[in-house]
Amino acid sequence: MFRQYAQEWDGFVQGKWSDHSVDVRDFISKNYTPYDGDESFLEGPTEATKQLWAQVTELSAKEREAGGVLDMDTKIISTVTSHGPGYLNKELEKIVGLQTDKPFKRALQPFGGIRMAQQACKEYGYEVDPEVVEIFTKYRKTHNQGVFDAYTPEMRLARKSAILTGLPDAYGRGRIIGDYRRVALYGIDRLIEDKEHQKANDYARMTSRNIQLREELSEQIRALGELRELGRIYGFDISQPAKNAQEAVQWLYFGYLAAVKEQNGAAMSLGRTSTFLDIFIQRDLDRGIITEKEAQELIDHFIMKLRMVRFARTPEYNALFSGDPTWVTESIGGVSVDGQHMVTKNSFRYLNTLNNLGTAPEPNMTVLWSKKLPLNFKRFCAKMSIKSSSIQYENDDLMRVNHGDDYAIACCVSSMRVGKEMQFFGARANLAKCLLYAINGGVDEVMKIQVGPKYRPVEGDYLDYDDVMDKYDQMMEWLAGLYVNTLNIIHYMHDKYCYERLQMALHDREVKRYFATGIAGLSVVADSLSAIKYAKVKCIRDENGIVVDYETAGDYPKYGNDDDRVDQIAVDIVRRFMNKIRKHHTYRESIPTMSILTITSNVVYGKKTGNTPDGRKHGVPLAPGANPMHGRDTHGAVASLSSVSKLPFRHAQDGISNTFSIIPDALGKSQTVFSGDLDLDALRQEAADEAE
Amino acid sequence: MEGRIHSTESFGTVDGPGVRFVIFFQGCPMRCRYCHNPDTWQPGAGHPETAESLLEAYRRNAAFYQNGGITCTGGEPMLQMPFLTELFTRAKAEGIHTCLDTSGICYAPENAEAVRKLLSVTDLVMLDLKHIREDAHRALTGHTNRNILQFAALISECGVPLWIRHVLVPGLTDAEEDLEALGFFIGGLKTLKALDVLPYHDMGKQKYAALGLPYPLPDTAPATAEEAAGAKQTVLRGIKKRLLCDNKSSRK
Repeated sequence: MFRQYAQEWDGFVQGKWSDHSVDVRDFISKNYTPYDGDESFLEGPTEATKQLWAQVTELSAKEREAGGVLDMDTKIISTVTSHGPGYLNKELEKIVGLQTDKPFKRALQPFGGIRMAQQACKEYGYEVDPEVVEIFTKYRKTHNQGVFDAYTPEMRLARKSAILTGLPDAYGRGRIIGDYRRVALYGIDRLIEDKEHQKANDYARMTSRNIQLREELSEQIRALGELRELGRIYGFDISQPAKNAQEAVQWLYFGYLAAVKEQNGAAMSLGRTSTFLDIFIQRDLDRGIITEKEAQELIDHFIMKLRMVRFARTPEYNALFSGDPTWVTESIGGVSVDGQHMVTKNSFRYLNTLNNLGTAPEPNMTVLWSKKLPLNFKRFCAKMSIKSSSIQYENDDLMRVNHGDDYAIACCVSSMRVGKEMQFFGARANLAKCLLYAINGGVDEVMKIQVGPKYRPVEGDYLDYDDVMDKYDQMMEWLAGLYVNTLNIIHYMHDKYCYERLQMALHDREVKRYFATGIAGLSVVADSLSAIKYAKVKCIRDENGIVVDYETAGDYPKYGNDDDRVDQIAVDIVRRFMNKIRKHHTYRESIPTMSILTITSNVVYGKKTGNTPDGRKHGVPLAPGANPMHGRDTHGAVASLSSVSKLPFRHAQDGISNTFSIIPDALGKSQTVFSGDLDLDALRQEAADEAE
Repeated sequence: MEGRIHSTESFGTVDGPGVRFVIFFQGCPMRCRYCHNPDTWQPGAGHPETAESLLEAYRRNAAFYQNGGITCTGGEPMLQMPFLTELFTRAKAEGIHTCLDTSGICYAPENAEAVRKLLSVTDLVMLDLKHIREDAHRALTGHTNRNILQFAALISECGVPLWIRHVLVPGLTDAEEDLEALGFFIGGLKTLKALDVLPYHDMGKQKYAALGLPYPLPDTAPATAEEAAGAKQTVLRGIKKRLLCDNKSSRK
């Protein structure tokens, strides 16, 4: 398809990727160098790195002092090319590019919703330029307004009571990973050529589907042109492939930078770049034009930029996500479909940034773990985990079955083939609250008003398992339908008013879309149902007859102890709710999936969920993700993880998360202080030597 | 046969090699003043388990224990010798690595045969020597250490690998000459494989309060990791002395 071979590709093994079509996976599998050695080759930070990082640290401190935000753009609407070049220190930076013209200055991104943008500014003492406000209220509709134009009263109420919660209806949905590697491998011109080719074929019948696609392809081509312009602003011509490692990192970063300039998404993940970039670095090392020290410096500077990504967000948003996360997730390692591990030296270099720049939550380094990863890499991961507590692990052996060997994680657990699959982020439904609705016939236990359908509430003083399950099943049926329909509206409007043109330009034309629903409160539900089944749970009603509290007599099995009596309840709920989701029409032929992953939002959800039959009190956080409730897993980590691992991945294909904390001492003994092998023969020799 | 079990821990990383399934036996005759598990003292409390139910819990997660195995601790596991022996016999038959964490208090010359039988299905003994001096041992635990030291010799004689543990309690077990004497004793054990000197901690305080018991060492400060490391060197010195001594006598 490509009109000509690029000389920048010299030294690479050619294949489908070079003479047929855009195929980064083919390039990687033909060219990467697996590394089985240990970390001894790694280099520390250069002087330039230290100096730049000191500057970033100082800016971070100033940002904290200033109450969380250092500077905000209130006038210029952020686009790929909206701002002139910005630097930390142009002389020292090997990788350049900032979201605005100054480091830590937050961009103005009103396409998701102008009110959110205004609110974010206001909270930090800034005001959006009135002219911009006028444009986005009078002349240019936002995603947020579109959604609320279409919401039904029931949807608004469910949102208010937080049985549906964290919905991306006022902010960017995120969770889309552009294949930023394509910029480095092909250069912009070839990518545009490819897109023009896609647009020129097919679409004789102008159905709404095809019209939408044609319009989107045109937008994508325009966005690619802007990306080329972004390179020019910084003095680079990125129309052609990268010819060396520095260009490869830089081109790739420009792709990512353009995405975060255009979208303030809930998660703006990077993809799977380390092994890809290793191929360029290895070629330069082999050619003798770069040293290991320089290679590490490139990666350090790149990671430093990723750590500097900032968005303008409201305090409520930050409360929901416990901070100001950007979810720049990078997926490292994994195994190829033919059984070869994909660890390269660059996998080590990425993790080594935790040494060179210190510990940080971003980028979210995620190791795609497999039994087949080389032992030296596993050891290094363990070592870095103990040192930094900053590494996330995901089961590659499980995900490879669905996604092959070139998928990456968006946000914290959502897996997708890079450039071939995307998802519609759907936040989550609060199943713990749904259980309370079942008991109270759709009346919200906190707001004390009818939110769900007016089904028969539970009667009598004691909860009966079969009766509650029957009612819960019906209430979940209602919730699943409402939830899917709400998300259909959200994603229709997001495509319409806040389309991710640059990120989608770095995808194939025919994209597989996942419709990613989620649930919160699983362990509360499992324990509550277990309490109802195995102990005696008495209802306490208020003056209006609403059950507001519970008294539990007797003990009951608790989720998190590898006890099937309760673990199978959790499994059943996951399967049941997912099957209800599957019954409904989903926007754009997307494939419904579900996640169990509230890593941070569980705190806010807990505040909005009343007392539950498991004895949890109103306001107490739900457990994060698929975790057992805090303190109820009493048989140690393996039993706890075992309960979680019973949850069926096929019914929670968007991911299951478990947050695990352990003090390093509990991971085993340090050889130097306490335990130590004694070699009696050696000691005998030592003693004899000393005696002489 | 049923045993009385206090609890199980599915992720034991400090009670023997690898990741281990740790079974805490209920009941202990010792009353060590620094004990941090007073809730395991009372025999007959806890809950009943069979060897099969415990092995089943192990098997479910066997993948985690590939480089580990089962550790029985307590309480004092040897207080329930028949049950313990049955459990280890069955575990061994399945190829599971068995580790016994004990104070040795239940050994007596009269039951040497039963103990030999237990040791024949034990891959590793972690023997916690509380004090090397008889009088100090009595003061610390309420029991003599005569049988315990004999038990150590028996383990060595049976060829079972042995780890020695010793808790360093400031003012009680940290005298230089005692540590060296301890070393001198264990230096004579042929199957000695490791020495673990643990700093005393007071994290058991809450348990005593919950049980309504007075805390026996209200004025003793926890030992530091550095002190424990130093004490270990002293014990090692004792071991070397013994080795040198034995060398000379064997040359004669």
